[in-house]
Amino acid sequence: MPETAATVVVPPISLRRRITDQVMTGLAVLTVILVLAPLVAIFGYLVFKGVGSLNWSFLTQTPKPVGEVGGGMANAIAGSLMILGIASIIGVPFGIGAGIYLAEFGRNQLGSIIRFTADVLNGVPSIVIGIVGYAIVVLYQHHFSALAGGVALAIMMVPTICRTTEEMLLLVPQALREAAYGLGVPRWRTTLSIVLRTATSGVITGIMLAFARIAGETAPLLFTTLGNQFWNLRYDQPTAALPLQIYVYANSPYEDWHRQAWAGSFILILLIVTSIAAVRYVVRRGSFGAA
Amino acid sequence: MANPAFPRPDMPGPQPVAAAKVGSEAAERTPLLRTSGGEAGDRVFQSAITACGLAVLGVLVLIVYELVARSSLSWHAFGFKFFATSDWDPVNEQFGALPFIYGTLVSSLVALVIAVPLSVGVAVFTTEMCPKQLRGPISFLVELLAAIPSIIYGLWAFFVLVPLLSNSVEPFLAKTLGWTGLFSGPSYGIGMLAAGSILAIMIIPIISSITREVMMVVPQHQREAALALGATRWEMIRVGVLRNARAGIVGGIILGLGRALGETMAVTMVIGNRPEIAKSLFAPGHTMASVLATEFSEATGDTYLSALVEIGLALFLVTIIVNALARLMVWTVTRGQPARGNA
Repeated sequence: MPETAATVVVPPISLRRRITDQVMTGLAVLTVILVLAPLVAIFGYLVFKGVGSLNWSFLTQTPKPVGEVGGGMANAIAGSLMILGIASIIGVPFGIGAGIYLAEFGRNQLGSIIRFTADVLNGVPSIVIGIVGYAIVVLYQHHFSALAGGVALAIMMVPTICRTTEEMLLLVPQALREAAYGLGVPRWRTTLSIVLRTATSGVITGIMLAFARIAGETAPLLFTTLGNQFWNLRYDQPTAALPLQIYVYANSPYEDWHRQAWAGSFILILLIVTSIAAVRYVVRRGSFGAA
Repeated sequence: MANPAFPRPDMPGPQPVAAAKVGSEAAERTPLLRTSGGEAGDRVFQSAITACGLAVLGVLVLIVYELVARSSLSWHAFGFKFFATSDWDPVNEQFGALPFIYGTLVSSLVALVIAVPLSVGVAVFTTEMCPKQLRGPISFLVELLAAIPSIIYGLWAFFVLVPLLSNSVEPFLAKTLGWTGLFSGPSYGIGMLAAGSILAIMIIPIISSITREVMMVVPQHQREAALALGATRWEMIRVGVLRNARAGIVGGIILGLGRALGETMAVTMVIGNRPEIAKSLFAPGHTMASVLATEFSEATGDTYLSALVEIGLALFLVTIIVNALARLMVWTVTRGQPARGNA
């Protein structure tokens, strides 16, 4: 109300303060531009260099001997899928199980300890996980293998899946559990068929996020799966993996291998973006609608 | 409806009574109930689930055990001197981790110096300044940075960032700030500065998302009070928001530090991998993670391998401490409990 406001004398904001305000606003806009520039640059290069280097032989052939032009990363793509498959087979059940424990039975001291442990595991550097994979699988098998890499990646998956599963299960209304108990349904059946079923899309989101996180991991594979120039689909043999192959090719002095490293990166980011897009699709379909 | 087929004496409320059946017993049972094993099933389920929970604990114990057991050889040979000497000579079996510790610290510090102002700026812009329609897309894009794998950062840094640094940024820094001694020597591009820059890009999403989170927790009336006292928008942000969110922002920064300390592939590809301690940021270096990445699979000799595992153990302990500290600080802000008294 301007009539009453007129009686209050508001001192004008000094020029210095107004300029500071403008400068700070400008700086904030600048930081956004500076932060988004690398993102645009990275995706730009990936698409520009990656798509340009992508061809049929890249997707269907194994690497050519050192220095020869041509060849592809078919074995690395297959190897990556195998390692990720092993990791998911081991990591997903344990992660979901631990999440169920935390949500349904974990309101006690042991639960808090496990919750804290999962958070700690989440922060362990991936290279250290690689050492553990080496120590617990490679040293017993006496050679590098896809299994060792899968175990290392599974260790990385568990904390993420565990904590998201817990969060999602806690979102399921208590009344739903009570309704099931009221019908005489045993607890295990309630948890699996009612609570977990209700939270399915959220749990899947957690799994896909964990998957996207480990799909590009290189460090834990360095001394567990080691890499391989040839086809290998056996779980107990050294196996090629897409990130490892990118690392080796980027460090090589050959122009053609650099080209392939870009193409490999493009495939890798495609894999990751697809899983993230799947997450967003699942989330948008309605979190707890189907209950 | 009470179900006489399944008494549950441990539950509160009226107990099921076996009386007044309407139809046959079989017709009343649901398929769900018929296929459930009852009490025994519950016990099996609870033990299986508890086992999964304990497995998480077991994995951590296993990690600690393996790291401690496999580094004992080096620990007995060098003791604390391991972290204070700087010869790294696998041929003569002399190992000192100082250059790697130095490299890890310096590259992470460079990353923080670059990343902190940028991340806080982005968080301030998205929460306080930008139009509502832009808020979602910008934070989504910034968080997209977190989804790019380390190896792709490394590849990009190696082929794009390093040439950029060596051709334009480093000569410029040498000319303007060369007198500090931090920016001197030949500008190869590969080195501490490149590692710090790529780390900065990688930790920006972490710091900025946490900062945004704690800034959104700051009560709206703090902002309104500052504005009512005649503050400009920036003054409102500085006094009303940033000061209140301080502890949480520091927590986010430490969380970013934790990530930077353990980051491996991108750093390995651009830091130069030489175990040297040089004052200039243009010089190549080595970090604890990068020495593991480059030397572990070809380490010959038990002492060599053990020394590398000891570096891994040190890295593990440092990141755990840093992460725990960060979570504590973020927690004090987001779970009520104002962590201030003098603001």
